[in-house]
Amino acid sequence: MSEKEIQIQCSGCSLGYEGETVVSDINFEVREGDYLCILGENGSGKSTLVKALLGLKSPNSGEIKRSGGVGAGEIGYLPQQTVVQRDFPASVREIVISGCLGKTGLRPFYNAAEKALAVKNMERLGITDLAKRCYRDLSGGQQQRVLLARALCAADKILLLDEPVTGLDPKAQIDLYELISKLNKNGITIIMVSHDINAAVMFASHILHIGGQKQLFFGSKDDYVNSPIGRSFILSEGGDIIE
Amino acid sequence: MSEMISKLQDYFTLPFVQYAMIVGLLIALCSSLLGVTLVLKRFSFIGDGLSHVAFGAMSVAIILGLTNQMLIIMPVTVASAILLLRTGQNTKIKGDAAVAMISVGALALGYMLINIFSKSANVAGDVCSTLFGSISILTLSKFDVWLCIALSTVVIALFVLFYNKIFAVTFDESFSKATGVKSDLYNLLIAIVTAVIIVLAMNLVGSLLISALIIFPALSAMRVFKSFLSVIICSAVISVVCAAAGILISILMSTPAGSTIVTADIVVFLIFWIISLFKRG
Repeated sequence: MSEKEIQIQCSGCSLGYEGETVVSDINFEVREGDYLCILGENGSGKSTLVKALLGLKSPNSGEIKRSGGVGAGEIGYLPQQTVVQRDFPASVREIVISGCLGKTGLRPFYNAAEKALAVKNMERLGITDLAKRCYRDLSGGQQQRVLLARALCAADKILLLDEPVTGLDPKAQIDLYELISKLNKNGITIIMVSHDINAAVMFASHILHIGGQKQLFFGSKDDYVNSPIGRSFILSEGGDIIE
Repeated sequence: MSEMISKLQDYFTLPFVQYAMIVGLLIALCSSLLGVTLVLKRFSFIGDGLSHVAFGAMSVAIILGLTNQMLIIMPVTVASAILLLRTGQNTKIKGDAAVAMISVGALALGYMLINIFSKSANVAGDVCSTLFGSISILTLSKFDVWLCIALSTVVIALFVLFYNKIFAVTFDESFSKATGVKSDLYNLLIAIVTAVIIVLAMNLVGSLLISALIIFPALSAMRVFKSFLSVIICSAVISVVCAAAGILISILMSTPAGSTIVTADIVVFLIFWIISLFKRG
């Protein structure tokens, strides 16, 4: 593991709003090809951490270092769906190519390379035949694929997924997890925020568990499964989640 | 039929009718372009709020006896637009409540100021025409027309140049921010352009009916079309056709221009709604 390049290093980070600390003393690193799952209850500071990782928010103290070809704005982001998007009249192609927008700068229109990238990423996620379909007419799983393709247009080294399976039916959840896993095996670093402990244990290589305003665990998945915190969390959550 | 055509021909030799047509079509085009974004961003009512602010500002301008009322109306409305779209993200007063507050507040204050200070004999008539735009569209000066042409050109140019960015910011603000798009800047741009269009549109339909120009074409187009580009184009076509039809009908039947245009928009909306039912069912 240790020979791989570090892409994100978070050391002694404390995060919050206007002086109020939401979560403090966060220490972890993400290396090329890792699959990190960030676990935590609602309100534990997961979404604040996401903002900090994306560079939209600077930590109150400590630092987040990006290296290995991952600059700010070069993390492919899959946000949680908003109400606005559910009935949005846009074709799949329009949405996927909008991922290239960070590359256009002041240029008003997309160039040939960006159009080709959109086509390539639609192929990669198996949504080429949906290109002309309207986003609002797609199933939840298809919509997430579209947004993943868009994220890959923005950045092809590292993806940050915020609760990607929320609202999907069990079959679509499994499909999406398998797709993400496939992307990971092809060399894309994955950071996934989730409260689905079963999926985390099944797919992730590393776990970061936050709660009670601090970091409870960071390390490899195997260590987590054998740690007291990991065991108790798996036991308490394991029963009521789909098998 | 030929009688109607010759009547129209007569009217169109009059400069003020030509002016009304040019201004009407341009405003309809601009408002429909922005309408799609505003409706999708859940800002449908910002048009309503801002137009009342513009009404309040106009009352002040009338009392001060300014010959060029734009000098007050434009900056005040633009400032309010920025304020409103900002508070949308801040949560002390929620977006819709802020719009409602500013909207009715400005309306009340404006009407009171006109009543107290106005030297005109027909206050109720003046207020009615600013609210429903029944007369002002036919009293445009050459300067008004050129100002409208210039501002519309700027609005359309901005829209075309920033089309992809506006799309991204409308669809998903958090993603755009994460990929380094300056979404706050584009929200500001949208706010300013909205304010400019509303001030222009006050002459056409009056400050009570402006929201209709923004909302109806966008909603009609969204019923039927499936990509953002086609929705925008369709919305622009609907808006321009309805404005033209509305102005022509209002000339022939002597109905108020503003409400005739809006009625045309409503009819088109109903037609598109029925089409969408057939398409789905």
